[in-house]
Amino acid sequence: MKKELKLMKGNEALAEAVILAGCDAYFGYPITPQSEVLEYLSLEATKRTGMVVLQAESEVASINMVYGAAGTGKRVMTSSSSPGISLMQEGISYIACAQLPCLIVNVQRGGPGLGTIQPGQADYFQTVKGGGHGDYKLLTLAPSTVQEMVDFVDTAFQLAFKYRTPVMILADGALGQMMEKVQLPDQKERTKEIPAWATVGKTKDRERNIITSLSLDPHVMENVNLQLQEKYRTIEKNEVRYEMTDCEDADYILVAFGLVARICQKAAHLAREKGIKVGVFRPITLYPFPYEALNKLADNVKGFLDVEMNAGQMVEDVKLAVLGKKPVEFHGRMGGVIPSPEEILHKLEEKLVGELV
Amino acid sequence: MNEKTMTEEQHFEQMIAEESICINENLVYERPETLTDTPMHYCPGCGHGVAHRIIAEVIAELGIQDQTIGVAPVGCSVLAYNYLNIDMTEAAHGRASAVATGIKRVLPDKYVFSYQGDGDLAAIGTGETIHTCNRGENILIVFINNGIYGMTGGQMAPTTLPGMKSTTSPFGRDVSVMGNPLKITDLVAQLPGTYYVTRCAVNSPVNVRKAKAAIKKSFEYQKEKKGTCFVEIVSNCPSNWKMTPVQANKWLEENMLPYYPLGDLKKPSN
Repeated sequence: MKKELKLMKGNEALAEAVILAGCDAYFGYPITPQSEVLEYLSLEATKRTGMVVLQAESEVASINMVYGAAGTGKRVMTSSSSPGISLMQEGISYIACAQLPCLIVNVQRGGPGLGTIQPGQADYFQTVKGGGHGDYKLLTLAPSTVQEMVDFVDTAFQLAFKYRTPVMILADGALGQMMEKVQLPDQKERTKEIPAWATVGKTKDRERNIITSLSLDPHVMENVNLQLQEKYRTIEKNEVRYEMTDCEDADYILVAFGLVARICQKAAHLAREKGIKVGVFRPITLYPFPYEALNKLADNVKGFLDVEMNAGQMVEDVKLAVLGKKPVEFHGRMGGVIPSPEEILHKLEEKLVGELV
Repeated sequence: MNEKTMTEEQHFEQMIAEESICINENLVYERPETLTDTPMHYCPGCGHGVAHRIIAEVIAELGIQDQTIGVAPVGCSVLAYNYLNIDMTEAAHGRASAVATGIKRVLPDKYVFSYQGDGDLAAIGTGETIHTCNRGENILIVFINNGIYGMTGGQMAPTTLPGMKSTTSPFGRDVSVMGNPLKITDLVAQLPGTYYVTRCAVNSPVNVRKAKAAIKKSFEYQKEKKGTCFVEIVSNCPSNWKMTPVQANKWLEENMLPYYPLGDLKKPSN
């Protein structure tokens, strides 16, 4: 049966997917360019599924409400944009260490500081290299279409529960604001089964459940860390996702995540029209990063151009993947400026094709 | 053993043995099942142990162990979950009432309480405290006010009295520089979201009984879903006040209670 297509704005499509995924609770605070998530849920969610939707007094309160509610074993989430996500970092660190599942959505805007309300990708480091304090990792999915804004919601919840870990959907302001056609999934049921670790009231037949990230004994705390690291190694083994477009015969590879990957696909078409064989490599999971796939690709190509809406963040991981086998160049725009396909092609010719001829 | 060579403790033990009063029939005081059999880390004379105990007794007496979730703060009582035999979550500093909100919103029929000190609730967590009470979350907030940061070693708290010495107000709290003590309990009593707001103490048996009654009422009110219950417990900190437990309780009576008078600040209207 062919499903109905709908024309939806990225933020609203994501919010609709949240309801359809059977999410139990959303806690959030308004911030441009993602306020439509809270608005859409406030209008639609409670009446349709009975889901809790609460506007908190701050992002700090939001993430701590998520922490409390996630501890009950329910499907819970928050969303925000860059400055708000900065405020949540302490809470994310607690959630990661306490091993609780939840979804956090960052519809990025350009920074630093108050920055701009236009799209950006400058939260890559914050998202995949820590952000908060301590050794933890944030499983991160980077959508490049409104359809993926929808699809990644349920995927994120599944991964969060599979590994008892917070999962981030790292989008950007353009994806949040633009309209595209989407196919929506079926309505899932709200959470019925409560996991054994959840704090829902201690019954006689079990020990009390404690959700904490504290151990005063350094050896106990080291073991907590070792357990976390073991989990991250499993995630790195099992959950790497990426997309390759026209990479088989390519001489040059454009590497980009999110929206920029689609601009790169257009740039690759323009390049092929000029006879330059270009492919696009798009990491879908930013953590775990597809190091191996990129490394293999390096054997068959002449060079890489990494394109981002920041000053050069993911390019460090691309270099770590390529390990010096081939040149890795970078082109970035900042402050909310989106690079054009022509500009990317020009940079590719300038930095790689011209140099290597 | 010669009576003169005995320590006071040994002497006491011998007396008890002779009296033979330690028999089951004479037991009047037991550990409720809601307290774990764990020696507490609190300093001698500290009010936390008593406050923990009365919460545990109330939960046991109401028979709601399987329906209660507690939230521990950052501060001396960060390890409250080691002693209370109930499901608990340990919150980030100041965020216990937000964490409790999250739990209560998804489990509206359970009993949820946060247990927070003065630095946690009235300094770093003031925003969460005010907004949780303003939304009228159907939870109990237990607020332990001893006018000092205990765990970090005796720094000035939002509730440190004027002129009171601490490691960060070594010449006494100068209100012209450091501001006045924050009477946050008076503040939340003004909010329509609070249902029952009271100030208690645990410095004497009669006050302990009153505090326990306040906690019990708060859990009972929680079932009615009419708003936030807020119980301040004026407590002590012998170690950081640099006093013996007896001196600390005397100082509390003479200095803390005049500034933080005991009694109900808001009673349910019905």
